[in-house]
Amino acid sequence: MRSEKANRAPLGLKIAAAVGLAFMHLPILLIFLYAFTTEEKSYQFPPPGLTTQWFAVAWDRPDVWAALTLSVKVAAIATAAALVLGTLCAAAVSQTRFFGRETVSLLVILPIALPGIITGIALRSAFSMADIPFSFWTIVLGHATFCIVVVYNNAVARFRRISGSLIEASMDLGADGFQTFRYVILPNIGTALLAGGMLAFALSFDEVIVTTFTAGQQSTLPIWMLEELIRPRQRPVTNVVAMVVVIVTFLPILGAYYLTRDGDQIAGAGK
Amino acid sequence: MTIVAESIILPERRSTAGRLSDFFWRHPHVLLAILLGPPLLWLGLVYLGSLFALLLQSFFSIDEFSGLINYEFTLATYRQLLTDANLDIILRTVTMAALVTLVSAVIAFPIAYYAARYARGKWKALFYLAVMLPLWSSYLVKVYAWKLILAKEGILTWFFEKLNLLWLLDAWLALPLVGGNSLSVSYTGTFIVFVYVWMPFMILPIQAALERVPQNLIEASSDLGGTPAQTFRYVLFPLALPGIVAGSIFTFSLTLGDYIIPQIVGSSRLFIGQAVYAQQGTAGNIPLAAAFTVVPIVIMGAYLWMAKRMGAFDAL
Amino acid sequence: MTTAVLFDNVSRYFGAVRAVDRVNLKIAEGEFFAMLGPSGSGKTTCLRLMAGFEQPTGGHIEIFGETAEGVPPYRRSVNTVFQDYALFPHLSILENVAYGLMVKGIGREERRKAAEDALAMVKLPGYGTRRPGQLSGGQRQRVALARALVNKPKVLLLDEPLGALDLKLREQMQEELKSLQRSLGITFVFVTHDQGEALSMADRVAVFNEGRIQQLGSPEEVYNRPKTRFVADFVGSSNVLSADLCRKLGLKASFASLRPEAVAIAPPSDGALSLSGTVASQSFLGATNRVVIDVEGARIAVASPAARGVPPIGSPVTLSFAPSDLHPMEDA
Repeated sequence: MRSEKANRAPLGLKIAAAVGLAFMHLPILLIFLYAFTTEEKSYQFPPPGLTTQWFAVAWDRPDVWAALTLSVKVAAIATAAALVLGTLCAAAVSQTRFFGRETVSLLVILPIALPGIITGIALRSAFSMADIPFSFWTIVLGHATFCIVVVYNNAVARFRRISGSLIEASMDLGADGFQTFRYVILPNIGTALLAGGMLAFALSFDEVIVTTFTAGQQSTLPIWMLEELIRPRQRPVTNVVAMVVVIVTFLPILGAYYLTRDGDQIAGAGK
Repeated sequence: MTIVAESIILPERRSTAGRLSDFFWRHPHVLLAILLGPPLLWLGLVYLGSLFALLLQSFFSIDEFSGLINYEFTLATYRQLLTDANLDIILRTVTMAALVTLVSAVIAFPIAYYAARYARGKWKALFYLAVMLPLWSSYLVKVYAWKLILAKEGILTWFFEKLNLLWLLDAWLALPLVGGNSLSVSYTGTFIVFVYVWMPFMILPIQAALERVPQNLIEASSDLGGTPAQTFRYVLFPLALPGIVAGSIFTFSLTLGDYIIPQIVGSSRLFIGQAVYAQQGTAGNIPLAAAFTVVPIVIMGAYLWMAKRMGAFDAL
Repeated sequence: MTTAVLFDNVSRYFGAVRAVDRVNLKIAEGEFFAMLGPSGSGKTTCLRLMAGFEQPTGGHIEIFGETAEGVPPYRRSVNTVFQDYALFPHLSILENVAYGLMVKGIGREERRKAAEDALAMVKLPGYGTRRPGQLSGGQRQRVALARALVNKPKVLLLDEPLGALDLKLREQMQEELKSLQRSLGITFVFVTHDQGEALSMADRVAVFNEGRIQQLGSPEEVYNRPKTRFVADFVGSSNVLSADLCRKLGLKASFASLRPEAVAIAPPSDGALSLSGTVASQSFLGATNRVVIDVEGARIAVASPAARGVPPIGSPVTLSFAPSDLHPMEDA
């Protein structure tokens, strides 16, 4: 029986929330505007004119394509590895009781709880100590390490929602371990895994800090962008790439949201 | 009529899956080992191993003439870490991280509060997405956007010009420490970008903490004569605090280790991340770089321990 | 008579906690057996030992004469109705009911028919296409029952099956469960903390406390002649007479139980025992009045027919009861 008044937010709160949200979104919208500017040499605002010519220019750039392809490949393989490892870990932590469970969950979170530079430099010095040359696989290894937590968080949240008696009910009705996994566990955690995988993909696709340490001469799309940021040479192309990156990362986020919206939230803290 | 068919206990399954299933059921520890083995091997061996190897290197030193690592236990590198110039870097970074955390909390709180208390149904979903999308969108693109905004010829200057407030911007830039030639090469610029990039991580934990505050507590407080301000001060804020602390783990840690933002937007004075990057890269002094990484690890360790005592992990 | 379930000195410890402590019991085929006790008394753990979700720490379990230890739940012809029903949320009602048949490899058409028959048996014909989320609590309970019974188990285990239902529905389901059990002839083992439920439904009742069986017998035995103080307290509302009062009444035992309805507020007739005290409180319960009499500091409750009227509070009264209604108890 709450009154109407109690349900209405104070004006000050509304304004503060609106300003906060605007602060979060306007800079990203600006990226979209700059992708169409005719200005080549500076970040002039307002843009002197609008054009779509840079899309064609960016399309014809082999270095952009190479970086994009590498990023997609790395993200795909790192996501696959993270899916397997994260799910195994989530199953062990949520379905069994064992000594040191807390430690395992801490271990999974560590690669994102510690600043990325630590993960990066630790892996880099380990590679050089072990005489492992930098390659596609060293990038993947680094990415998978911090992608595990995203899958893990999503899977653990869903496992928690499957009541323990569902698995017992399945066994009680004559299903062995594999049948229970196939007919009860998998259908129930499937969407959470898909969501976790999408987020892991987005995370890997975007990662730069660890990647600078684990990539040799190869550049992923974020590395390509970082170079442009430090030494701007192709401003218009960078503008277009930035816009494309925003769109490409939005899709898995939206997808993950729709897959998990009833009940558990996407583990946003997992990034 | 065979005995087996009448048996209350069904026969063992002949198939491999059936037999394996029985085996796992009888030896749950084997199953646990199979589940935990690969992730533990990966994280424990590859990740923790690398981390340990790195920390170990901080106890070695670099030979000043040859530039090679001298593999003998020494605290010399730590002595080097504690020189004034390096302490300056550490202090600068920690101050920045603390300020970023504080301002992030101030900006994030109203958003989280509105989302938790007033947004309903469709609006709630919209709010959630409005927080998630910037949080997850590309880090570099976000930094890039601010390079566009803070540039001398960019939108912010244009905006101040239109409002005839350019003198204000110039006066701010003329200030020592926070000022500079333009916003994009000042601490102010670094600070704004840090807040922008890490603030979204603050919202969801605060929202989660606020959502756990039952509505009737608010009603009880006002029923007992508390003004809205008093209710906020004595009821809501203490209950939201674990959420704020949980969020601050991210803003603090992420600011502490970042080396890209101050490199792109900021003055030439170094932050911890940049120092690590420079030491391991151009300077080739891995021991000092390793010693530098110990600083955020120790700070975050202490921070996490405190946060745990405050019950912040429940709000994650 | 075949023994359906046999517990021979069965224990189940969780660390230092003795959830089940040296329990012996024999459940006959076709019996409706109730395990009654407060939460944490070990009754649910006993049920889980029968289902195979738990393994005994010590002792021996037989189901229809076969050793049950080391046999996984999916190889026991024993099915469970779970307290929270545990219906699979991603499957339709028909798929839920047919699940046990599906994993045993029975053909699609055959299991559909069997599942539909089972749904009809629990009075939910035509509900097959719905999802568990669309059903009420009572309907879900019936689905859980159908899902277990469709496998034709030798023993059906029910874990507080009526706990989540409201009073009216619960009474109706009690009737239905009883008639279902009688018509199918399956052994039912039923866990509950509700003594009324256990007494009204079961052929025999085992009263659990702290991992041990306090008393095992027919509902009448357990109700009228509680063996221990705990049973007297937990099953109904027997008066527990202290050693002093027992001595006064010429009884050797250290405790004795006395049912409130066995006591009359009247002078003793031939051969009856009597105590005197004062009226301490009274409350109207419909058909009876509950009158509490203070007898030398001890309180004795009396269920007095409402028609008899009640003496005012503080007035002296004499209580009388037959010696056979006074049951000596063990000191536990």
